[in-house]
Amino acid sequence: MIALLDYDSGNIRSVEKALRFSGADVVRTRSAADLKNARGIVLPGVGAFDDCLQAMQRQDLDGAVKEWIGQGRPFLGICVGYQALFERSEEFNSCARGLGILGGPVVRFQPTAEEPHLKIPQIGWNQIELQREDCPLFQGLPSGSWFYFVHSFFPCPTDPSVIATRTTYGQSFASSVWRGNVFATQFHPEKSQANGLRLLKNFVDLVAAA
Amino acid sequence: MLARRVIPCLDVHDGQVTRGIQFGRAEAGELRNVGDPVALAVRYNEQGADEMVFFDITASAHGRHSMIEVIERTADCCFMPLTVGGGIRTVEDMGQMLRAGADKVSINSSAVSDPGLIQAGAAKYGSQCIVVSIDAKRTAPDTWEVFVAGGRKSTGLRAEVWAQRAVALGAGEIVLNSINADGTKQGFDLEITRRVSESVGVPVVASGGAGSLEHMAEVLLAGRADAVLAASIFHFGTYTVRQVKEHLRQQGIPVRLDV
Repeated sequence: MIALLDYDSGNIRSVEKALRFSGADVVRTRSAADLKNARGIVLPGVGAFDDCLQAMQRQDLDGAVKEWIGQGRPFLGICVGYQALFERSEEFNSCARGLGILGGPVVRFQPTAEEPHLKIPQIGWNQIELQREDCPLFQGLPSGSWFYFVHSFFPCPTDPSVIATRTTYGQSFASSVWRGNVFATQFHPEKSQANGLRLLKNFVDLVAAA
Repeated sequence: MLARRVIPCLDVHDGQVTRGIQFGRAEAGELRNVGDPVALAVRYNEQGADEMVFFDITASAHGRHSMIEVIERTADCCFMPLTVGGGIRTVEDMGQMLRAGADKVSINSSAVSDPGLIQAGAAKYGSQCIVVSIDAKRTAPDTWEVFVAGGRKSTGLRAEVWAQRAVALGAGEIVLNSINADGTKQGFDLEITRRVSESVGVPVVASGGAGSLEHMAEVLLAGRADAVLAASIFHFGTYTVRQVKEHLRQQGIPVRLDV
């Protein structure tokens, strides 16, 4: 069973449907106590970094996620659920602390010399460049595969070896990370048609095998 | 590289997709029935649409209720970005649509009458899911004015100025619909699209006037739009989404084709 952490994130229904479509047995989970029968965790997220972390703190899910990841169990974070793994965000007025599982800040896109009129947020389909060919989450999803992005901020991991894929929008950024059984994507697999469903299926399979 | 998006728009009336002949006429009952929204969404999903917009042209409480059901049914089988507009007047209306499976909500008249709605929606759900849709009409050689209530009511606002204000309040995307061009199939209004796109830092979706493949390419190139939205040419089978994208690629425009 995969526990889908429910802290009233807007995209929870879409993530739930896509996981089910990918063969997962999914249960929405609002408290740490409900995690005992789970074999994997998915942390969805849209919107603001602070809202996500404060809601997780209110439901005592932050400590539970840290403990889960500390035990080396399978975890998938999506969008703000990816950013939450880091230490802090440069989002306007942000004061919430991230989970601090990976080192580095979450920063905003900036126009560049080549693209002075870069539109922010990035909204739409962009391609991945695999950095870790052996990453099981991207089995069957080569460099050049398209995924759906909608975000203004992205994490900058201090340890480059955790970067599973990079994507270019004005600048090259870490569009997903992988360390042990921790996987997280800036893009939305639940909204990325066949490629997204393949990625979720890969996660469901590795949870089953874990 | 980020692909330019091709977005079919479904005007929904009582749970059915309809298409007015020209701007504002749909509300007066001049509609052509096009079919079931979910069936159309599935078709466009298969053709490689980058996103889908559902627009409730009844803009009533009843319409909103049937729209929630349409979004839920679509999100059950189409794992792609969905935007909903029409009749969204409160932050709670937005929440209902997002929970049903929409990724973005589009507001138009209600944003003009209550600009605080943009701010409140962005604070609660993030700028990335608040789209402000602008119906612009050329009222003088150098002036495009914002109209509301289905294009019937003038506001005195200049389109570029209102777009900038909406973005300052938290809009994450602008849909620019030309009232003059809408339904004519004579091409997008390139001038106002370019002006709005250059005056804001968020993506701009061009809407109204698509009749040919060349129109799509020119509004992305000369009009500087980030995405194109069209209804009739897709609904009536003039072109598939894939044909549009193949043409755009021939013109050197980045598109997502391998779906």
